[in-house]
Amino acid sequence: MKRLLGSVVTVVALSGSLLASSAAWAEKYIIDTEGMHAFVQFRVKHLGFSWLYGRFNDFSGEFNFDPQKPESNRISLEIDTTSLDSNHAERDKHLRSSDFLNAEKFPKATFESTAYKPTGDKTAQVVGNLTLHGVTRPVTIDVEHIGGGKDPWGGHRQGFEGRAVIKPNEFGIKMVEQLGPAAGEVELFLTVEGIRK
Amino acid sequence: MLKNTSTAYGFVAILFHWLTAVAVVGLFALGLWMVDLTYYHRWYNTAPDLHRSIGVVLTALILLRLLWRFANPRPQMLSSHRPWEQKLAHAVHILFYVLLLSMFVSGYLITTAKGQGLPVFDLFSLPAVVTGIDNLEDIAGEIHEILAFTLIGLGALHGLAALKHHFIDRDITLLRMLGRASADASSPFLTNRGDTK
Repeated sequence: MKRLLGSVVTVVALSGSLLASSAAWAEKYIIDTEGMHAFVQFRVKHLGFSWLYGRFNDFSGEFNFDPQKPESNRISLEIDTTSLDSNHAERDKHLRSSDFLNAEKFPKATFESTAYKPTGDKTAQVVGNLTLHGVTRPVTIDVEHIGGGKDPWGGHRQGFEGRAVIKPNEFGIKMVEQLGPAAGEVELFLTVEGIRK
Repeated sequence: MLKNTSTAYGFVAILFHWLTAVAVVGLFALGLWMVDLTYYHRWYNTAPDLHRSIGVVLTALILLRLLWRFANPRPQMLSSHRPWEQKLAHAVHILFYVLLLSMFVSGYLITTAKGQGLPVFDLFSLPAVVTGIDNLEDIAGEIHEILAFTLIGLGALHGLAALKHHFIDRDITLLRMLGRASADASSPFLTNRGDTK
């Protein structure tokens, strides 16, 4: 009860208009990395012959999601680049080395959204700044809202999947020179399930 | 003679010594060369395959060498060498073995840290034993590199010391390891070649 009162007071203090509709204030979700219902994956072409998949095992983030006020939706993500995992020790070591991610010098990659633009009932474009290899550049993520609502354990969850295509060379990672033109583009798959705070 | 005596190294011990020397220098050079090969180089995969395989063979050789060492008399140190020289020589020999075996362990871990086996000349594969430690391949890689330079540095000092004994002290240290002299207890040349010219 005390907590609820506190929330109401905060909301009143912030904005009277928000009080009108309880659903109107942006709800904050913490990405469920504890239960690991979230994945940061990538794929890149090997020699132009096949797709190589990998992921980052350690990351954290949060997002605001309000279906009534999509313009307030936002997400921030921090990825530990030393946790790159392509299921091959020698390759992981090489990809983390100064030849590619230089994870020792740049152990964090971050994404901060700047705009959320709905493109359909369940889809949107999330525009934001990706910092990778010490370079910050705008990136657009195509997002699909998979689902959300009450979970069986008394909480609220929302889940999304996003896909973005980046050119590592634009971030100062010499992919094309080292791995060939087919490796110039890397696809990122961001799968996040958030638990409402 | 194949076996050591109390004054001379036998053929087997001498062969072990020089095979080790050639393999260590060869692996060092191959290792330095292979890590800078470009992805599209003809030897990009072959050179590491060779490096790993030769490393495993060298390790087997080292283990046999240790067995042989304990199954044979140890040729006595030259009495012209001062006690600190004898102690230092003995300590350096132990350090060489420790370094050589550590090189194997760290190299093996680079390859096997994520569960992949380590193939040896397409004949058989060493299974992965230690996995599931974060960034094990990176840590093992750094240790492997540091130890490699330590081993080569120590090897260079070892070679310089042998030349010093041969050309400055004019004793039989180097000749013994070439199978061309023994520290015969009854000989006046026990510890010193003297000036025979």
